[in-house]
Amino acid sequence: MAHKKNRNVGIIGIGQTKHSSHREDVNQPELIHEAVSLALKDANLTMKDIDCVVHGNMELFEMVHSPDLWHVLGTGAYGKDSIRITTGGTVGATLSCASDNLVASGMYDIVMAIGFEKLQEGHTTGGITNMACPLWFRKIQAGALTGSSAYDVEREFGLERADRASLMYRIIMDKHASLNPNAHRAFGLDFSQIDDLIRTSPKLVGELKLIEMCSQSDGACCVIYACEKKAKELSKTPVWIRDHITVHKEENFTIFGYDRKYPVLKTHKFAAEQLFKRNGIKDPLNYFDVFEMYDPATWWAIDWIRDFFNLQGDEHLRLIEDKEIMIGGKMPINPSGGVIGSNPIGATALIRVAEAALQVRGNAGPHQIPTPVNHALASGFGGTMWTVLTMLEKELNW
Amino acid sequence: MGKRLAICAVAQIKNHPDYHDWRFQNMLLECFEPIIEQTKVTFDMDKGIRTIITCSDDVFDARTISDNGITDVVGAHFRGEEKMAQESINGLGYAMACILSGHDDLILFMGHCKESQGESRRMISNLAYDPFYCRPLGMDYHNVDALQARSYMEKSKVSDEHLAKIVVRSRANGKKNPYGRENKIVSEKDVLNSPMYSDPLREMHIYPVTDWAYGMLLCSEKRAKEFTKKPVWITGYGSCMDRYFLGDRDITSNFSLKNAAKRAYAMAGIKDPRKDVQVFELSDHAAYQLPMWAEGVGIAEEGGGGRWIDDGGMDEFNVNLSGGQLNGNPLLLGGAARAIECYYQLSKQAGERQVKGAKRAVAQAATGGAGQHQAVIVMEA
Repeated sequence: MAHKKNRNVGIIGIGQTKHSSHREDVNQPELIHEAVSLALKDANLTMKDIDCVVHGNMELFEMVHSPDLWHVLGTGAYGKDSIRITTGGTVGATLSCASDNLVASGMYDIVMAIGFEKLQEGHTTGGITNMACPLWFRKIQAGALTGSSAYDVEREFGLERADRASLMYRIIMDKHASLNPNAHRAFGLDFSQIDDLIRTSPKLVGELKLIEMCSQSDGACCVIYACEKKAKELSKTPVWIRDHITVHKEENFTIFGYDRKYPVLKTHKFAAEQLFKRNGIKDPLNYFDVFEMYDPATWWAIDWIRDFFNLQGDEHLRLIEDKEIMIGGKMPINPSGGVIGSNPIGATALIRVAEAALQVRGNAGPHQIPTPVNHALASGFGGTMWTVLTMLEKELNW
Repeated sequence: MGKRLAICAVAQIKNHPDYHDWRFQNMLLECFEPIIEQTKVTFDMDKGIRTIITCSDDVFDARTISDNGITDVVGAHFRGEEKMAQESINGLGYAMACILSGHDDLILFMGHCKESQGESRRMISNLAYDPFYCRPLGMDYHNVDALQARSYMEKSKVSDEHLAKIVVRSRANGKKNPYGRENKIVSEKDVLNSPMYSDPLREMHIYPVTDWAYGMLLCSEKRAKEFTKKPVWITGYGSCMDRYFLGDRDITSNFSLKNAAKRAYAMAGIKDPRKDVQVFELSDHAAYQLPMWAEGVGIAEEGGGGRWIDDGGMDEFNVNLSGGQLNGNPLLLGGAARAIECYYQLSKQAGERQVKGAKRAVAQAATGGAGQHQAVIVMEA
């Protein structure tokens, strides 16, 4: 079904904190307040202009029930319409979809989305393990750590090529993160270190190494959405939300186990196919100018590139090996440094939308892509392989 | 895309003190199957349900991402699902946005809560307070509500006897509701002798621990007739957040409720709720909230809650004929329960509770202690 919107929606304000492992200098509402203030400043607005505030994160990471009630001290939602909506790791992307829906519906002209997490205050792996069914799967779940994608890639392409591709991806992300002043981890790694890191980085689960896994961060992100009329009045460079899709999956990662003969249909592939089909995009790799991907670990990242762009054979590995995913390459992925660089979970997927929008706007800072960015894609990942995809456009001409 | 949202079908299980033989997945499946059967709706990517909105809570379920455990039983395997992590009534407001935006034309809205699983609901709502000041002080929704009750009762001349009357009426109404929690019928004297819980709130003044689940099929104006002959319409929604620290708030002012109601009424074109609305369902987590929220939605005079009860306001305005939250719904699902009662009333399926000629109804629900966040929806036949 072709996608029709009641009215167009544009992003007119973006703010995010510096992401870090320990923001002990601020409490949760204060951390949020930093992102909200930056977004308002970016949009040249005050809280008086905001009609509705949308809030999201995961309660059990910080053990705060209905945290929007306390966070009103930092969100500015006092006296406003406000809703709280969550979906796990995808929550930030869901906040963006929800804000788009709320504005497009005509119910609100300007909506502010706030994603947040202060993982330092809880136990992230414990929190994630706690999502598994207490009767069947909790005992075998190790938080977000899985080695199964590593096995799949190694089995298909051989150990040496797979390991090198994974580390190549990791170092590209680190090089990007080093350009992003908000990134949590930027080590200054170089391609010459690939062999050393393969040998020395401690293994977490199966073939998944410490260097290949994302961090746990404290951080917040705030994005302001406006209807077409207001967006054009208030912003010189609104970034338009073209479409978005959410695809979830059943409770367990896969109840039938991993079997090459019976591959489990992946939400990434399904979401991308459906979204591109209804928007008439036949060659996504050529259409998009940048992709901000939710990459919790290198193995998942390299595997998913193939799914999202519907690539065949080893095309996805060649994109990485030829450094085509770097800033300046054919399909720059995560100029921000990605989730491997910074991961305040409730904010992470909203940061993907925010960073993609900054690239379209052309003022991302030191990690801005040098060539024009007209079409951007952002993904969210969460739950048991849940996917949210958002398409952003520079012009209202689709 | 239209201007309003259709409710095409509703299914629920009976409110129950403890479904110890069901997991919450089972509770949802009992609501999911009748909706599919009744409406023949599919999950086709073009013509069927692509988006499911759920309502549940991580702390009540003791599961990170509480919607993860239910994706398959709500039909969300390879479909979109988004969780309202707030009072369920806001899920209806959000569903309205999904449909009026044109992004969706069908929404399945499902919610569950097994309050009986929790060790203590006071422990849960204590976690809603910041870990620095209010949580160590022991604040939870019940004792914060009690602080509000004390000041409100003083302001609006509501007495212990008034509260007893509200409890007796709620249980009598709940008896007539086939999905209502089964509670002992009590006299005013029983309530007045009920043990003090959080002064001035007695045990019987507070809604009982309840397990419940529901499902609703919502759709655009254009497609409603595919699924039902008599849709009920949601024509207005509004919400509002108040301040966090009690000391920063005027806790008897109904600030957030008045704003939420004003916004919902404006959207639905209601000028005078006393004349324009025939049924009111208010989320009274504790007995004092019935007259207080009645003031907030504009059917009782400000500061006149006590007299309004004496003058028969509860029956005159058809307030909480379902028994209300006070008869027993899970904390976060009271708003959906209120909306479902309004749906029954407006589609003339309310049985012996039926209000003749009910054309318009208002459902209200609050999130947080002392009604910090409020939301109101307007529904029409």
